[in-house]
Amino acid sequence: MMIQTDRLTKVYDLGDVRTVALNAVTFSVEKGDFLAIMGPSGSGKSTLMHIIGALDTPTSGTYTLNGREVGKMNEDQLAEIRNREIGFVFQAYNLLPRTTAMKNVMLPMAYARIGRTERIDKAKKLLKRVGLGDRMEHTSNQLSGGQQQRVAIARALALDPAIILADEPTGNLATNQSDEIMGIFTELNTQGHTIVMITHEPAVAKYAKRVLLLRDGGIVSDTRA
Amino acid sequence: MLDFRELLATAFDALTRNKTRTALAALGIVIGIGAVIGLISLGESSQQSVASQIESLGANLLTISPGSTRSSGGVRGGFGTATTLTTEDADAIEDASISSVEAVSPEYSSRYQVTTGENNTNTTVVGGRAMYADVHSITMSAGAFFTDRDVENSARAAVIGPQVASDLFGDTATGVGETIRINKVAFQVVGITTSKGGSGMQNQDDRIYIPLTTMQKQLAGVSYVSSIAVQVKEKANLISTENEIGYLLLERHDISDTTTADFSIISQQDIVGAATSVTGTLTALLAGIAGISLLVGGIGIMNIMLVTVIERTREIGLRKALGARRRTIIMQFLAESIILTFSGGIIGILLGYGISIIAAKFLDLPPTLSWSAVALAVGVSAGIGILFGWYPAQKAAKLAPIEALRYE
Repeated sequence: MMIQTDRLTKVYDLGDVRTVALNAVTFSVEKGDFLAIMGPSGSGKSTLMHIIGALDTPTSGTYTLNGREVGKMNEDQLAEIRNREIGFVFQAYNLLPRTTAMKNVMLPMAYARIGRTERIDKAKKLLKRVGLGDRMEHTSNQLSGGQQQRVAIARALALDPAIILADEPTGNLATNQSDEIMGIFTELNTQGHTIVMITHEPAVAKYAKRVLLLRDGGIVSDTRA
Repeated sequence: MLDFRELLATAFDALTRNKTRTALAALGIVIGIGAVIGLISLGESSQQSVASQIESLGANLLTISPGSTRSSGGVRGGFGTATTLTTEDADAIEDASISSVEAVSPEYSSRYQVTTGENNTNTTVVGGRAMYADVHSITMSAGAFFTDRDVENSARAAVIGPQVASDLFGDTATGVGETIRINKVAFQVVGITTSKGGSGMQNQDDRIYIPLTTMQKQLAGVSYVSSIAVQVKEKANLISTENEIGYLLLERHDISDTTTADFSIISQQDIVGAATSVTGTLTALLAGIAGISLLVGGIGIMNIMLVTVIERTREIGLRKALGARRRTIIMQFLAESIILTFSGGIIGILLGYGISIIAAKFLDLPPTLSWSAVALAVGVSAGIGILFGWYPAQKAAKLAPIEALRYE
């Protein structure tokens, strides 16, 4: 199992108001799976994504990623998990502004203290793989939305993470670019990458092998295509 | 952690993104460091100038001056008014063969009117022995200093300073062989000294030197001297020699209580110390004020770094999501503020040096770059980077990644 959660619960305690964002969510994702997490806003899917992405820790319950218990790690350990085990793809691409595609892809490798020549080689290879071999020295503001998201995907792959975690990856894109990006995800999945994607668009969720539907912090359905 | 090269590159990228702001923030440090360096350098050069002027009057000198007179009514006269110091005292010091004493020079000086046929001037006339020139590091530009024989014979030979030559003969090099009248007594000019500089009463160039015997018998009509200069061989022996001479003179003057001594001895070091301590205090005061502007510059850096952290909240969140640890973020922001203050410091040093050169030119001082001040400035500017960059860097590092990613 790549991901294993057991009664994952997240409670936000804001003084007077106690909000249960996640209520004992138990599920697992096997290696090579392509999971879409759906649900209306307020269903807890963002909270779940933050915990899976090691950006946040659960109030109770356990979360095991690639055999390691992430739920109780300290900040530096979480940083290492985010660095090595998770490849993030965000809705707003989140590239460093006015920075070249190469430098963006090299950044996680720099944090992992990988040597400079190796960083350059790997980044070139990855940018070619997402079809940006001719745009490597373009800065992020010189690239279209679809191209920026491809740089983000190359960046996510930089350290061969256990999972690729995509948060509404096509949310800011026109349909044709959206299809291109989903094409890349499908291809990566075929090559063996485990992908977890948050989306509220059924058309996008169709690319996934399995759909998890959340409502009010709990799983409503778990269907496999 | 990023490797060092990557850290620097990242910081440079961030700083060059908004060049105007970076330049303005660094300007505060430039001005602060520039003011500190400029003022300290200027202070040091004026100290050096004062010290070298005093040193030029002769190296390793002890000056013995008579004490004050005390009338029967207990009224105390001015310093140096007593007439207790004599050439015999000087000879006694020489005869005592104190091993550290190089030379003993009894002197008598007074101001007189000096005339030639056409011009006249009022200047200090010093009576001394032939070794006066060696003891007081006097060199000649024309002619020669008077000799021991001149002193024995009470010869009417005069050595004049270049200022006197200029006043009397219209040229700093003219006068050897001419006759001048000091207080109406005719003297023949035998030499002109080289210029030493100085100003006012301390102007070493506005002097006339004549044999001590001639001075005492024919001009002043006294048998005592106004001071005895003692040249000591080694700087290290100044104090011990001062003590030995002191006891010798107390014995000769038959005084057992040192508090009632009718003479006083001061060393060149005392004079240099007193003179330089005044400029030193002034320099420290000015540098302190300049230091305040440096502090203000540092606060400017902190202010700009805080703004930067808020502006780049999303970037910080992203970096954390991609695996940057707290330490990495702290280092990144510290690197930025240190580069900012450090480069400001370097420019400030150049500015300060420029200021001190220009000011030294106007004030006629030797230009100096105070290396201790440079070392201090480099340290202080980097220190300011750490000090004032620390809080913003901490703030950045403490941002929760989810909050930071959400920030619009």
